[in-house]
Amino acid sequence: MDDVIIYLNGEPVKAEKGEMIIDVARRNGIDVPHFCWNKRLERIGACRICVVEVEGHERLVASCSTPVAEGMKVKTHTPRVLEARRINLELLLANHDLNCTACRMNLDCRLQEYANDFMIEEVMFSGKKRHEEIDYSSTSIVRDNNKCILCEQCVQVCNKIQTVYAIGLQRRGFNTRVHPPLDMSMAESPCVNCGQCVVACPTGALHEKSSIKDVIEALNSDKYLIAQTAPSIRATLGECFGMPAGTPVTGRMVSALRDLGFHKIFDTDFAADITIVEEATEFVKRFRENRDLPMITTCCPAWIKFAEQYYFNELNHMSSCRSPQAILASLVKTYYAERIGKDPKDICLIDIMPCTAKKFEIQRPEFAGDADYVLTTVELAKIIKQYSIDFENIPSSAFDNPMGTASGAGDIFGKTGGVMEAALRTVADMMAGEDLTRFDYTVVRGMETMKEAELEIAGEKIRVCAVHTLGEARKLLEQIKGGKSPYQFIEIMACYGGCVGGGGQPPPHRKEILEKRAQALVKEDTGKGLRKSHQNPDVLRLYKEYLGEFGGARAHQLLHTSYTNRCIIDKCR
Amino acid sequence: MIKDLIDREGGAKALESDRVTVGIATCGIAAGAMPVLEKIKKANLGMPVEGVGCAGMCYNEPIVTVMQDGVKSVYKKVTEDNVGELIDCIKSKKVCKKLFACSELTDLDYYKKQKRIVMKNCGLIDPLNLSQYCAMGGFSGIELAVSKKPAEVVKMVLDARLRGRGGAGFPTGLKWDIFSKKSGKKYLVCNGDEGDPGAFMNRTLMESDPFRILEGMMIAAYATGADEAFVYTRAEYPLAIETMSAAIKILQEKGLLGENILGKNGFNLSIKIKKGAGAFVCGEETALMNSIMGERGYPLPRPPYPAERGLWGKPTNINNVGTFGHVATVFQMGVEEYQKIGTEKSRGTKIICLVGKVERSGVVEVPMGITIGEIVEEIGGGAPKGTEVKAVQSGGPAGGCIPKDMFDLKLDFETLNDAGAIMGSGGLIVLDDEDCMVGVAKYFMNFTQEESCGKCTPCREGNTRLYELLDKITRGAGTEQDLKTIKKLSEFVKSCSLCGLGQNAPNPILSTMRYFWGEYLEHVRDKHCRAGACASMLAYKINENCVGCGSCARVCPAGAISGSPKQKHFIDDEKCIKCGKCFETCNFNAVEKSG
Repeated sequence: MDDVIIYLNGEPVKAEKGEMIIDVARRNGIDVPHFCWNKRLERIGACRICVVEVEGHERLVASCSTPVAEGMKVKTHTPRVLEARRINLELLLANHDLNCTACRMNLDCRLQEYANDFMIEEVMFSGKKRHEEIDYSSTSIVRDNNKCILCEQCVQVCNKIQTVYAIGLQRRGFNTRVHPPLDMSMAESPCVNCGQCVVACPTGALHEKSSIKDVIEALNSDKYLIAQTAPSIRATLGECFGMPAGTPVTGRMVSALRDLGFHKIFDTDFAADITIVEEATEFVKRFRENRDLPMITTCCPAWIKFAEQYYFNELNHMSSCRSPQAILASLVKTYYAERIGKDPKDICLIDIMPCTAKKFEIQRPEFAGDADYVLTTVELAKIIKQYSIDFENIPSSAFDNPMGTASGAGDIFGKTGGVMEAALRTVADMMAGEDLTRFDYTVVRGMETMKEAELEIAGEKIRVCAVHTLGEARKLLEQIKGGKSPYQFIEIMACYGGCVGGGGQPPPHRKEILEKRAQALVKEDTGKGLRKSHQNPDVLRLYKEYLGEFGGARAHQLLHTSYTNRCIIDKCR
Repeated sequence: MIKDLIDREGGAKALESDRVTVGIATCGIAAGAMPVLEKIKKANLGMPVEGVGCAGMCYNEPIVTVMQDGVKSVYKKVTEDNVGELIDCIKSKKVCKKLFACSELTDLDYYKKQKRIVMKNCGLIDPLNLSQYCAMGGFSGIELAVSKKPAEVVKMVLDARLRGRGGAGFPTGLKWDIFSKKSGKKYLVCNGDEGDPGAFMNRTLMESDPFRILEGMMIAAYATGADEAFVYTRAEYPLAIETMSAAIKILQEKGLLGENILGKNGFNLSIKIKKGAGAFVCGEETALMNSIMGERGYPLPRPPYPAERGLWGKPTNINNVGTFGHVATVFQMGVEEYQKIGTEKSRGTKIICLVGKVERSGVVEVPMGITIGEIVEEIGGGAPKGTEVKAVQSGGPAGGCIPKDMFDLKLDFETLNDAGAIMGSGGLIVLDDEDCMVGVAKYFMNFTQEESCGKCTPCREGNTRLYELLDKITRGAGTEQDLKTIKKLSEFVKSCSLCGLGQNAPNPILSTMRYFWGEYLEHVRDKHCRAGACASMLAYKINENCVGCGSCARVCPAGAISGSPKQKHFIDDEKCIKCGKCFETCNFNAVEKSG
């Protein structure tokens, strides 16, 4: 490692040779403003608001894309730099929808934040302005180009990290815009609804399609209200109320939902246990018959749409098992409705999910009539605030029976590697035919986007792989397509970090924050006595009373699904 | 060896023997040369009739050169209608006085101060005739190069002190030196995007002497170890593309491109043409590379520089068409000879497109160190009758203007930079007193903001606002505050833009403000355009000369003129749209135009 000394506003600081100025500045407490800079993406140098003065350079340099050199003298807030930042902001504001008080991202927008920091009261430029129709076509994501500052983060994420290619840059100069290809709407585009663009967008140009209005109406109707909460919500909801990342708020979350008027609050983690039981059964069968391997998990609706669009000939590798949300929804409208003697049409089931793609999932024809609405973590927080509930001080309460108890395996679904680890606990026992006391498969833990391992289970060698981001998924599918996949079991999560990094989770999604969120889930798991899905007594009771055998006919009818060929090329013809 | 592949003597003989040539580069074709060529061919004169490139005196096109019994005659403005006379003269072995221009080009004032070393074949040889090219010294350059070690060749370019001709003037030898030290796969790129309005030096060279450019690339490939090259040409140059493609094919057939060229084991080179798609920004090297790779033509932050990481992540060396032309020339004439031309810091010649308000416009090649005045007055012949030269604009949209009283400035990279202009690729636009300097700045700003790739805020948003402000001023609605805003915004765009397009876009504004501040003030304070070019600030008035004929009223499209027959008429300034039709129509000098 080559160390150099540079001078930051006169002070000597250590830096690595070739590091970008902005990284050194941030490490030394100088939070240089930025729009297009993202640690995980290649520096594009587009927004130019991170400019600084470097002695010897006539022009101002972009600190995000200028590497340090020995003895470099950097100044981050000279009058010239501040003036440049101010003019930059004024130019952006001159071409922006300035109706902030009526904007989804009011008070949560980086452009607003900087404009406030620079006390911009009057914009010295006026002239033509971008004006485009807002795209409300998608189930999950709204695109408003009138608020776009062309920082390209969404495009970079969608193309480079997710390899979905739903949006790109069109035209040039002042007319440049972010848009799906061929003038498609979002709904027509290859968008898989993962919402990583929403997470990346610093302004209100991309945000979730809100279901808040519909939910509030439902809360005030005479329907029987049931909520289910996904595994990762309990680790992230607190951040919406200013709590540090990774604060577990399970009990408070349940209480708040009760205060909102829900009659029953079930735990999606319970359904996660069912997912494991079904998937493990499926996997063991395929493994023993040596067919349709590798098997790929299917909890993630963004990943499912990705596969249906780009790898429709490899759909036989998908597990036929529904996602936990879909399983619980199915059971609520059948098993539970019967149990409490209600017509399923009188039940309103609202999913609290980390995920914008779930808004698409519940509208799939295969799931018609099951879940009614999806609220993301962020949306739930907004409703709680609208109802003036004091979230921080609300006492804890527990989920409701019969679908409120989950094993630790169900809890860890919300992080990358979690589904795989949960599945292996059950697969191992099933294959060995006995209760092995192994719980931890740490090889699939961590933030590397691709984790693989070869395990020996009951005398068999099983090669597993857990990936997150769809770019990694694509690599695996190419391997499968070419007949060269070395794996038998694959977990795919579309979002970086897994569901803790979902499109509906509160930004920012810095690695440290995602890790803390994941840790909260791990703690929940290790704190429980019940750690294996197939040992969940409520799950076993459900099978005994209602579903029958693991992977049996009834289970298949209610808990499994099929996939659709959504070949992109056919759509374009 | 070259002599085994190409018949040099045959070419020399052809050039000395009886022949007729017609200039059919783009300028010639536009002036009507193709039918001329057809008719001369049909006349069966009993000697070869060939199409050649551009001799540079575009103002005289179409040009026909006749070599007959050892006597050369150059004819100008030969058209389909008058070529019959020329043909008759040729048949009767007489000089056609009506169309005669000169015996030797250097007889003309236009050429006297030029030094045509890179363009020496242009308009003389059939561009695709290898023998003729070799007869003029072609390929002696690459022969010299392969007789040395690659590192020696790089040193020769360093010693020649050749500077890039694309606009930045970076020492070519230094660029090659850094590049040649990289290992592994390497690419060469020839930048023929030539996006500056009014610049067609590269086009002329590609159409008129393509082998020279290719020879320069071969020398570069040999010296630096690159084995794959692209010629990136703007799509709007179909003839240049056609000519270069044909030239490449001819060299491939001769084995001068391919593997083990000229018997040198390991000296391999393949050249492909890559067409642009209408984006000025793709002349910027990082955007150009993105375009070659099929990506959006977006510039990238530098470092890393192309020599470090370019096409497909590999080291890439990019030089302008003109630079490769100079490389071949340096090696053909020798480094020492080349040193004798030009100034201390800027060696050699510069090919310039002299356009605008001059008597004689076209492509000229002058030694560095010649003054602007010499180019405009002696070569260009000064402004057309009735007007006076006011300034020249050098360097296109990235450049600046040089006022008349600074015309003793020497043409040299450094002196032009100090004056606030740039050498640029070599477009020199002459402006006269009917050109409004604010309008000139607005023209270039319009170009730049349309061509902006849109990636970075300063250029995309800033240049748009600069254009809007200039437009406001030329419409008579500008204020002194606007001038302050323009200065501030220009400084911002210059210092913060990502690439050369944005960084240099405000130059025309800053330069015209520096030398013609008075015109700006007049526009905002007095709503007056002294050049009479800004229509909204013109006022048309009818004076005492009016006899009341009513002709003006009849042609006025806005119904702004009223008056009774035989009475003095009157123009309503509110209704007047400043079209000037009344001014053109009046036969009594009764309509006055004031700005």
